[in-house]
Amino acid sequence: MSKAAFRGGVHPPEHKEATAALPIEWMPVPARLVVPMSQHLGAPCAPLVAAGDRVRRGQVIGSVDAMVSAPIHSPVDGEVTSVGTCLTAGGMRVPCVNITPDAEQDLASFEPVPDGDVRATVRGAGIVGLGGATFPSAVKLSPPKGVDVGTVILNGCECEPYLTCDHRLMVESADRVIAGAKIMAETIGAKRVVIGVEENKPDAIAALRAAAGEGIEVRSLVTRYPQGAEKQLIWAFLKTEVPHGKLPAAAGALVHNVATAAAIADAVELRKPLTERVVTVTGRVARPGNYRVLLGTLVSDLIEHAGGFSGDVGRVVAGGPMTGPALADLDVPIAKGTSGIVVFGPDEIAPLVEGDQPCIRCGRCSEGCPMFLQPYLIATHANRRDWTSAGLFHPVDCIECGVCSYSCPTRRPLLQLIRLAKAAAMAKGAKL
Amino acid sequence: MTEMNEGTTRLSVASSPHIVAPTTCTNIMLWVVAALAPAAIWSMISIGWPAVLVFTLCIGSALATEAAWNAIAKKPQTLSDGSALVTGVLLAMCMPPMLPWWMSLFAGFIAIALGKMIFGGLGWNLFNPALVGRAFVLMSWAGVLSKLSDKGWFHTLDVPATGSLDAISGATRLAVAAADRAASGGYGFSLAAQYQPLLWRNLEGSLGEVSAALLILGGLVLLAKGIIDWRIPAGYIGAMAALSWIFGSDPIFNVLAGGVLLGAFFMATDYVSSPMTKNGKLVFGIGCGVFNAVGRFFGPSPESTTFAILFMNGLAPLIDKMFTPRTFGWVKSDEE
Repeated sequence: MSKAAFRGGVHPPEHKEATAALPIEWMPVPARLVVPMSQHLGAPCAPLVAAGDRVRRGQVIGSVDAMVSAPIHSPVDGEVTSVGTCLTAGGMRVPCVNITPDAEQDLASFEPVPDGDVRATVRGAGIVGLGGATFPSAVKLSPPKGVDVGTVILNGCECEPYLTCDHRLMVESADRVIAGAKIMAETIGAKRVVIGVEENKPDAIAALRAAAGEGIEVRSLVTRYPQGAEKQLIWAFLKTEVPHGKLPAAAGALVHNVATAAAIADAVELRKPLTERVVTVTGRVARPGNYRVLLGTLVSDLIEHAGGFSGDVGRVVAGGPMTGPALADLDVPIAKGTSGIVVFGPDEIAPLVEGDQPCIRCGRCSEGCPMFLQPYLIATHANRRDWTSAGLFHPVDCIECGVCSYSCPTRRPLLQLIRLAKAAAMAKGAKL
Repeated sequence: MTEMNEGTTRLSVASSPHIVAPTTCTNIMLWVVAALAPAAIWSMISIGWPAVLVFTLCIGSALATEAAWNAIAKKPQTLSDGSALVTGVLLAMCMPPMLPWWMSLFAGFIAIALGKMIFGGLGWNLFNPALVGRAFVLMSWAGVLSKLSDKGWFHTLDVPATGSLDAISGATRLAVAAADRAASGGYGFSLAAQYQPLLWRNLEGSLGEVSAALLILGGLVLLAKGIIDWRIPAGYIGAMAALSWIFGSDPIFNVLAGGVLLGAFFMATDYVSSPMTKNGKLVFGIGCGVFNAVGRFFGPSPESTTFAILFMNGLAPLIDKMFTPRTFGWVKSDEE
């Protein structure tokens, strides 16, 4: 079978070799946890506990009665020291519950998720898209009435450079991924399950194929960023474009990250809520690795566990270097969507460019754009604050993958300008 | 809550993406110069000091004009982007070796000042700056250029002289062939016998015509490095060859002779003045080839590369508009 791919994209240096072969290991329970009440796309949770309360690992400590949301659980047995606010990796200030974990922890035991059907369980376990989008999974498992979703696609691309958390999970817990895929397909009545993995992870492909059995396709994809973007992945397998303004269900597909699938399997089969995740810590740290980290662990504690910085540090990114936010403060918590902590030296990051740079019309941004936009045009209009003209070139369709800025030879801040045009267009009523 | 974050480490913060491809504008320009270098150096070796002088003056004038313009306009200096160097080299390569020194200087000035800076600098010009410089010289001093043949650079032409040859200024192989064709409808000598000199050592014509083989080599380097797209040279050369055959001439001779290869690989592929869309590039390349061929066989001079490309430069924005890509997901859905 030929390797599937989307049209466009780039292939930045992968930098995965530092951690790709390192097994996932638990990070010990830190001295304090800062558990944000908003670790998902949608309505933030309200704290259900107060200072001084005892909490059990797995106990719900935050929830809200909204369709698009996900409850938050205590990752440890311990005591609530305070309820306040904290900064997230993305730079938002949100309510949080500060917990001092007990000295003695049994991470194998937890308060189980209440019995219920699959959707209720996934919701109750607080599962969200672990690839980084953090969209509540239960909502995705409830496609609109009358829409026939024939295919479940699992995203094991991990197309962002540096990150290897999904890679290790697929190698070490292929059975959990497959179990999650089967549960999802059954729940929405999909006939076909496809797991897409970039070809640079042959061990993950082999492990998944060995665990897959009948009826689940494990397909290798061309290693090219952003292969794991939802619309591009659907196109690679189904050769169908998700129509502008529609959900993937309109193209007959449901896409979930492999780590989300494993979490769903744990929730349904073991009644386990989401209280930790695998985080790749790499770049300029002494001990790079794939660490299983309790949600609410501070980035500074995680970096210290990884041996601290090695060499000059320029920038610390939460997630991959193409889409992750840069951290201004390292005392922010690891949340459900934090797939990695990448530490860059000052010489490894995109240089700051002063003043307007010319577009030499080389076409690299248009050629690479997976949405077939013309980034240089949107950016040129946006740079003049001409939002009307910029809006004509569909900035709202931009998936913010960063390919345009990455590939521009004159280092124009294309994505940054497109984000402005997108915000301006949406303020005028344009729909995503 | 660790000590490492206290005061010592200053974190740089910017929005994603945080990494960038290694290719810069300067890289690209220097690769173009490197790809032109074998043909340029060989032309200087073959012709000698007059060629060195043309290169030096064209490049120097181009660089000086850009630096002076920026200084007068109080803008940041832009020589380091490499584009003025490319313009200077390309300009020299489309000039004849015995060009008077003042004409080289003037051509460099016009190329940069009227070809590029007046539009707003790199990226804003509609036309290829080097070709603007050449066109200016061609139109201003056609008489001077035609007398260059007296200076001894065309004496090695080993094609049989025909009766019509006397009437031709600047007797390149192409000019002799065109004159023959105009006089008798055929050729008084074998065009195929001209492949070897055109490929390796052709001293009749501009500096960029000395070795077709080295131009092809340079073009292949740019293709292999992903700096130029195959569509423009393929469309250009393909159209030239096809029309030559249709008009009853030798396709290979017509591709090797004159400015076709320099134009197809290095002039028409100029990012700024050519289309950005893939289909647009193919159409643009074919257009250049068609106008070059039509000019060569039916125009007043067989040297029609310059105006073919300049004409298509003017159409490039329209071509791009025609081939604007359809945004992903903008498909007709069932409800509409």
